Amino acid sequence: MANMNLYSRGDRLFVIVNMALIGLFTISTLYPFIYIASLSLSTGFEARAGNVVLTPVGFTLEAYKQVLSEPEFWTSYRNTFIYTIGGTLMSLLFIIPGAYALSRPQLYGRRFWNLMVAFTMWFNAGLIPFFLNMRDLGLLDSYFGIIIGFAVNGFNIILLRNFFEAIPQSFEEAARMDGANEFQVLWKVYIPLSKPAIATVALFCIVARWNGFFWAMVLLQDKDKIPLQVYLRQVIVALSDDEEFANTLMSSAYSFETVSAAIIVCSIIPILIIYPFLQKYFSKGILLGGVKE
Amino acid sequence: MSETSDIPGQRTETIVIEAREAQRDRRTGRVQRIGDHLKREWQLYVMLLPTIIWLVIFLYKPMYGLQIAFKDYSLFRGVAGSAWIGLEHFDTLFNNDQFLRALRNTVIISFYGLIFGFPVPIILAVMFNEVLHQKFKKTAQTIVYLPHFISSVIIAGIVITAFSPSAGIVNTMLGWFGMDPVYFLTKPEWFRPIFVGTGIWQEAGFQSIVYLAAIAGISPTLYESAVVDGASRWQMIWKITLPSILPTIIIMLIIRIGNMLEVSFEMIILLYQPATYETADVVNTFIYRQGIQGGQYDLAAAAGLFNAVVAFALVMTANTISKRYSRTSLW
Repeated sequence: MANMNLYSRGDRLFVIVNMALIGLFTISTLYPFIYIASLSLSTGFEARAGNVVLTPVGFTLEAYKQVLSEPEFWTSYRNTFIYTIGGTLMSLLFIIPGAYALSRPQLYGRRFWNLMVAFTMWFNAGLIPFFLNMRDLGLLDSYFGIIIGFAVNGFNIILLRNFFEAIPQSFEEAARMDGANEFQVLWKVYIPLSKPAIATVALFCIVARWNGFFWAMVLLQDKDKIPLQVYLRQVIVALSDDEEFANTLMSSAYSFETVSAAIIVCSIIPILIIYPFLQKYFSKGILLGGVKE
Repeated sequence: MSETSDIPGQRTETIVIEAREAQRDRRTGRVQRIGDHLKREWQLYVMLLPTIIWLVIFLYKPMYGLQIAFKDYSLFRGVAGSAWIGLEHFDTLFNNDQFLRALRNTVIISFYGLIFGFPVPIILAVMFNEVLHQKFKKTAQTIVYLPHFISSVIIAGIVITAFSPSAGIVNTMLGWFGMDPVYFLTKPEWFRPIFVGTGIWQEAGFQSIVYLAAIAGISPTLYESAVVDGASRWQMIWKITLPSILPTIIIMLIIRIGNMLEVSFEMIILLYQPATYETADVVNTFIYRQGIQGGQYDLAAAAGLFNAVVAFALVMTANTISKRYSRTSLW
């Protein structure tokens, strides 16, 4: 933007203080992650003694060995992949054609259908009726139940519909001339032109699926079907109250704290891997098309 | 004038007949048109149908199921077969201390979230806008957006670990100042600060994106002329940046108030325990315990219905106000 030289002395001070404050906020955002990572790499003894502050104390991989040797960890990890990939594909299968149809001006009752989608964003029946409905549909304790039960989301449909609507009609004229039908127009014209928007919706779905915990906890009792987040909760949250169990996890090499930390690290890594894409699309795609610097 | 009033009956009759014929034409015309339309555009409806069916099965059918809020729900009789009992559940709820406490906690926690949480992303966005060093700015943004994408279970895990009485970093730090360790998560007075603080830590960075977008839309000429006039950065923030993004701020505020009842109860379920119910239990966690854990589906559904209706009213009011505001602010 402007040149530093144009700034008065007061402004320069302001710029420096501002940077320092942002630096502070950034560090306080980052610190808990560093703390957890260090904890996961420290010995149980040092962790218990509260000696871990910034870097690992008495570096060891014992906690990870402990986590990775647990079959339940791998089962839940695999399940999370199933729910994330299956759920995201299922969502796109519903949302892309649905949003396209809703974006077409010639659709009969378009206002009504749109309202039907939007209404679900303002009003929902709540936990109990949704749960009873899933039970009545026989979708408790089922992979398919988790995948289909959360496939459609009004916000994502509207987001994609708006994107489709903004594409000028002229783009599809050539395809129409060649006698393309709606499916072909969607597939050959709209989808290629909407890659950023579709990627955004897909990433929304991926993040929601990867992180989803409440409904998985409520709808799944079978230990072989629970996703990582539910497993995590069982280990970290539920057992943190259970001192006795926590103590059985104690040895000089690893402790309840270091094992918890190691599980947290293992489940954050995939999010960190896709984070560059997340950032790119969340700012480039919809986030109001205006996050310029 | 006199000519037309000569034969009023006849005239009316012809008009009626003509109108009827026109209507019939229109009707058959419409049927014909819809038929043609479907023949031509059936593919669109094939595309739309799965979404609509999904919405009906998974979201609209539960709305029908909400009637159990007014029924003595029995598993065997099902939703439709259970006996109506009117407003009994609501009567029970409003005489139930736990429900009233949950309602109060919901409002208080949202209110704290609003007071302490709402200004932070605005301040952050303005501060980011003042950073000249692009690489520093990018790195900082990359980091502060990150917690938004981390699951509530992990965040809760971090909070529990950090505040743990034996090994947690918070108590370690208190120890440096010679203070005794506090088991924060069992103390009712600490629940709300920890919960609200965690929410700000997790979301403020990401929420600043909206304001950064608004700031990006401000015309650079405003700043240029301010520089010519010798304005300081500080003055420009107050005289240009903030007034320019005021409409966005107000709309976000309205939306936020509209979502007052949407306390992130997932996080509460993860962080609270019986010792802290007093300050932590909100309507949705109450519903979860009574309904899903306790099996009192009808009572819990009534609490949910109350919640949903109030939330709907709030959101609708907020929408109306924000629409009006954004229209008038367009000049």
